[in-house]
Amino acid sequence: MKPTDVSRPEYYHKVVDCQWGCPAHTPVPEYIRLIAQGRFTESYMLNRESNVFPGILGRTCDRPCEPACRRVRVEDEPVAICRLKRVAADLRGDVGHLLPSPPTEKNGKKIALIGAGPASLTVANDLMPLGYECEIFEQLSRSGGLMRTNIPAFRLPAEVLDEEIDMILDMGVQVHYDHPIDSLQSLLDQDRFDAVFVGTGAPKGKELNIPGREEGDANIHIGIEWLESVHFDHIKEIGEKVLIIGVGNTAMDCCRTSKRIGGVDVKVVARKGRPYFKASAWELEDAEEEQVEILENHSPSRFVLENGSLVGMEFELVEWEADENGRLVSKVLDSKIVPCDDVILAIGQDNAFPWIERDIGIDFNDWEMPVVDKTTFQTTRDGVFVGGDAAWGPENIIWAVEHGHQAAISIDNYCQGQSLVNRPAYGMNLVSQKMGLHSWSYGSEYDASQRAKMNHVDLVERFKALEVEVELGFDAEQTAIEVERCLNCDIQTSFSAPLCIECDACIDVCPVYCLTITDNGSEEEMRDRLTAPAENTDQDLYISEELPQTARIMVKDEDLCVHCGLCAERCPTAAWDMAKFDLLIPYAGKPTWTESAEAASTISS
Amino acid sequence: MAQTGKPSVRHPSLKVNKLGLTQRDYEGSMSTLCAGCGHDSITASLVQAFFELEIEPHKVAKLSGIGCSSKTPAYFLKEAHGFNSVHGRMPSIATGANAANRGMTYIGVSGDGDSLSIGLGQLCHAIRRNVDMLYIIENNGVYGLTKGQFSASADVGTKAKKGEENRMGPIDPVALALSLGASFVGKGFSGDKQQLVPLIKAGLSHKGFALLDVISPCVTFNDHQGSTKSYQYTRDHVQEVVETDFVPVLHEITAEQASGDVTSVAMHDGSVVKFRPVAEGYDPTDRDGAYSHIATRQAAGEVATGLLYIEKGSQDVHSFENTVEESLVDLDFEELCPGNQILQELQKQWR
Ligand SMILES: Cc1cc2nc3c(=O)[nH]c(=O)nc-3n(C[C@H](O)[C@H](O)[C@H](O)COP(=O)(O)OP(=O)(O)OC[C@H]3O[C@@H](n4cnc5c(N)ncnc54)[C@H](O)[C@@H]3O)c2cc1C
Ligand SMILES: Cc1ncc(C[n+]2csc(CCOP(=O)(O)OP(=O)(O)O)c2C)c(N)n1
Ligand code: SF4
Ligand code: SF4
Ligand code: SF4
Ligand SMILES: [Mg+2]
Repeated sequence: MKPTDVSRPEYYHKVVDCQWGCPAHTPVPEYIRLIAQGRFTESYMLNRESNVFPGILGRTCDRPCEPACRRVRVEDEPVAICRLKRVAADLRGDVGHLLPSPPTEKNGKKIALIGAGPASLTVANDLMPLGYECEIFEQLSRSGGLMRTNIPAFRLPAEVLDEEIDMILDMGVQVHYDHPIDSLQSLLDQDRFDAVFVGTGAPKGKELNIPGREEGDANIHIGIEWLESVHFDHIKEIGEKVLIIGVGNTAMDCCRTSKRIGGVDVKVVARKGRPYFKASAWELEDAEEEQVEILENHSPSRFVLENGSLVGMEFELVEWEADENGRLVSKVLDSKIVPCDDVILAIGQDNAFPWIERDIGIDFNDWEMPVVDKTTFQTTRDGVFVGGDAAWGPENIIWAVEHGHQAAISIDNYCQGQSLVNRPAYGMNLVSQKMGLHSWSYGSEYDASQRAKMNHVDLVERFKALEVEVELGFDAEQTAIEVERCLNCDIQTSFSAPLCIECDACIDVCPVYCLTITDNGSEEEMRDRLTAPAENTDQDLYISEELPQTARIMVKDEDLCVHCGLCAERCPTAAWDMAKFDLLIPYAGKPTWTESAEAASTISS
Repeated sequence: MAQTGKPSVRHPSLKVNKLGLTQRDYEGSMSTLCAGCGHDSITASLVQAFFELEIEPHKVAKLSGIGCSSKTPAYFLKEAHGFNSVHGRMPSIATGANAANRGMTYIGVSGDGDSLSIGLGQLCHAIRRNVDMLYIIENNGVYGLTKGQFSASADVGTKAKKGEENRMGPIDPVALALSLGASFVGKGFSGDKQQLVPLIKAGLSHKGFALLDVISPCVTFNDHQGSTKSYQYTRDHVQEVVETDFVPVLHEITAEQASGDVTSVAMHDGSVVKFRPVAEGYDPTDRDGAYSHIATRQAAGEVATGLLYIEKGSQDVHSFENTVEESLVDLDFEELCPGNQILQELQKQWR
């Protein structure tokens, strides 16, 4: 194998599994260390830079970082990355003076943002400080998109939303509420805007067209519309017996909301078995804690009506088996009627663009979706950009944020007459953390503690009002333990081959057998003959230059390294060093080098 | 923060041996030797060998004298017994322990200073008695613990850190052991575990005194240019004369393994040690041949490594002293101390 090129930021970035897994590349271990030091404000600001909504995301993020977390491979449970983010948000001080401020002198460019969800808000967040004038058009009377209308207040309090959205809007964003855009053509015809960003989400809930649907309509609800109606107080109650069809995130919020406005016997019904559920494990846990029953392998066949009103639903009881192509096919075993007063359909969302004319230069594909470039977020019409759920279908908040950042880079380049395809590069800093012979600037010890368990408001209390936030957040003690579970994956083992005398000390001391000095070979063959076989091919092998004494190479399997620094501590020549990797993320109008200088000054202030 | 111990975290797919132990279970406390010390690599090789031989740690006794090398028993087999004797006196402690309890595995770890200066007489007698133990000399050519004075194994012309040359001829533990009739003599290098681990395993399985002289560079006082015990010098001058493979008990010997110029020696416990000479015509069961080959190599400035000599059918001290089969510690008090009458009768024989 060729020596690894560690000068590319990608190599070390990938070692920081959480940051690599995060769509916005939040520097997780660094913000966790700041929390450990009690520097909550700095931690919050560091978060805000990449993910814009730390308080919101600290409660609701889909957390792709957690299954990616190295700790999962070393033991079972990831670091509670998401809930630590909330700690920073809950305990931070005033950040007003640290927020970016827009220049008084504008740059003369106007941007229209359609929809006031997280995607549009992120675009505004990135462009306002550069002197752009952003106007948001929102069909509803409130901002936040689905974060506000669909994520229930018992998971995400309105104050948290308001505070973080206001940080953006207060930069002078003009919001036109109750202002649906029903023709993109006419907006473009106004000629008021230099660019348009479409952040309208995926607003249409999927239908279930089976017998009885029309007749039972009064008691059959579409999940996302129903949640929105509950949010706006248009719906204040539901029957005692409720069936939720589907078992994704929306279903989880529907069942728990039902429980709070009259539902007593609430069941979530799934066509498949548990391993195939779309909802996250923690959402299922929270629903079951509230005594929501989950029915598996029930395939809906009809709505049952008596005297014109809904009394139940009939299901086929099915069994799933993989066919010869590995596709799951169902076999009907039996059928069953489950009585109910109301049904909520939570089987997915679709996009809908009836308001975008098809003859204005924006191509649509076979699924009636605008064709959007994966890198630039531009449609086939110059100056019209799409991001968030509107771009390629429903995702989540953190993806909407990342789309917003990328679209903002494109919009800025577009307005400044620069190429959209030449994206600003990611950069990196790598700084030794050595403080003395055997001491490092970070807590290198491995902490074997188990993941802290989130405390919840008790059941009686939480059902008193829709707004009672269920999760209490980590207390000081839980926080103190949880921060130490982080393995500091950004503190990289950095190797200098010319210094190595091949004494084997690093290999002997490594608690998880990451290191090997061996003859070079092909990757496949070498993975097999390392100190411990490197079976996880998703994780890279670091390959050094030839070592001076024997021309062998140092190989490191990145898979299980706990960044304990022992290799560097036991190395007589400092061939191994522990160095902090800082990913320099480019944002609109900020090439990575100014970005880093600014980050450094925020942290030290 | 500096680490005070190796963290408990383990590779999740760590193998377990038949005792249900992982290799990590054979470790000791964290080494306090200088980073990069050859002794630590020998410790790691011991950990691996004991794990692979599936030896119960509590049935092992670790013995040592004084020196950096003699500190190392603390760094492996934390559940084994141990005795850290005064300088150079480890062989007699080992002899006594082995006399009282022949059921244990004895591992002695010593240094070139501990064994070849103050303890030389002790070492000779342990060899002569063929005490059933593995005796490792972690040979760095200096007194590491007392800051790097030349030891008795320092070669003529080797340079100390400050530049002065050694003028006195060395005592070569390999030549010494061969001439004293040692039943197992090996030489290794801390930087070559592939060779060292099988040597350790063979030595542990040998019935009788197994001497392993292992070049083990002292990074702090003897790893500079001009030293003949540095990593670089050793790598440049090592010549493996015989390849050793250790085949544990119950392991079937396949035709391929038995073929060619491979020689097998059965150990008393049923395991087998196999050799393949690298140097043409080398026969590790021929003491005189081994002696002269090594002497020739030495004259040519080379360091001959491998299992240099093994005596077939070696008899340890218990066999030729005709002691009881059972360990003394397992005998009842009545048997061990049969009383005045029996003593009188015994003494009558010599009147
Ligand atoms: C029930 C439910 C729970 C969820 N829970 C989570 C969660 O816990 N964590 C998570 O990360 N994600 C969650 N999501 C997904 C997440 O809310 C979305 O992925 C995210 O909000 C998408 O952001 P967006 O900016 O693309 O669009 P949206 O948030 O959908 O915002 C679009 C906005 O555009 C407005 N709009 C639409 N059309 C027009 C128009 N023509 N003119 C003017 N305005 C218009 C809409 O009113 C809306 O305000 C959940 C989704 C649902 C349905
Ligand atoms: C009776 C006695 N004399 C002298 C000493 C001082 N002393 C301590 S260690 C040592 C030499 C150790 O050399 P070696 O056995 O080669 O061990 P190394 O440290 O090199 O591994 C000496 C002379 C002592 N501890 N006790
Ligand atoms: S251990 Fe810490 S740095 Fe490593 S992946 Fe998990 S959260 Fe990220
Ligand atoms: S930091 Fe070094 S010693 Fe620690 S786990 Fe990683 S490679 Fe092993
Ligand atoms: S401890 Fe240092 S000098 Fe020794 S083998 Fe490892 S990297 Fe090389
Ligand atoms: Mg010595």
